[in-house]
Amino acid sequence: MNLAEGVQIVSLGILGILMLASALGVVLLSNIVYSAFLLALVFASISGLYVLLNAGFVAAAQILVYVGAVNILILFGIMLVNKREAFQPVSNAWIGKAATAAVCTGLFALLSSMVLATSWQLSSAVPAGEAAIEVIGQHFFSDFLLPFELASVLLLMALVGAIILARREYVPDDEPENEQKVLTLRERPRELVASGSEPQD
Amino acid sequence: MQLEYFLILAAALFCVGIYGLVSSRNVIRVLMSIELMLNAVNLNLMAFSNYLDPAEIKGQVFAVFVITIAAAEAAVGLAIVLSIYRNRDTVDMEQFNLLKW
Repeated sequence: MNLAEGVQIVSLGILGILMLASALGVVLLSNIVYSAFLLALVFASISGLYVLLNAGFVAAAQILVYVGAVNILILFGIMLVNKREAFQPVSNAWIGKAATAAVCTGLFALLSSMVLATSWQLSSAVPAGEAAIEVIGQHFFSDFLLPFELASVLLLMALVGAIILARREYVPDDEPENEQKVLTLRERPRELVASGSEPQD
Repeated sequence: MQLEYFLILAAALFCVGIYGLVSSRNVIRVLMSIELMLNAVNLNLMAFSNYLDPAEIKGQVFAVFVITIAAAEAAVGLAIVLSIYRNRDTVDMEQFNLLKW
């Protein structure tokens, strides 16, 4: 990045504050739709941090995969399970939350003190810069070839597994005898929803 | 000094993710918290890649792998959530007590 030091510090501060504030919003807001949209803001600001870290390719991949795919998937999930229910209050729930908050604060204090106490051996090598994407491609097809192929197999498995898991499962009451076999996944017939049905809440 | 800034930001994001993972009751919010934690790990990897290993950027390669795994995890997780919702008719973590004794 050919930015001045001050510009880098200022944009780091802005992006960091934006990221932390919207992450807190994701966790703390009560409306889950707001949380999903704030999650997109978290991902976008992390992508900006990647640009500050001289990683344009991963920033673009972050925007494409997280904001474009994962966040949309989560929004679809929210739409599919849109049951507006008031959760039954658990007695003494605040104890758990307070304990969790204390543990998380302690973990953060531990981590940040460790980070500040360690003397990192900063490298002075010439950064890859704009050639980063070529270096990444060479890594993918030389020393990280096996994980790369395994990742593709994993994505295929996740694709098939997600379809199998989310399918309406078929409970065969009577085996159709004389129907011709068709190569389809049998599933329960969906309930017909009348258009203009009453809202669920 | 900039490396420490990024690492502290990632640590804060990770702690926020842990808090959401443990304390929220909506399953979808739990999935979102897992995504936050994965992003914090990615931020760590990218910071180390830029400051400690800028010539051969292996941290970016690892970050791409983590992004891949996170996408697969989100898809399978949401499928599981849909399946549980269809069976139990709720998204409350407190009522998913199938494996609780």
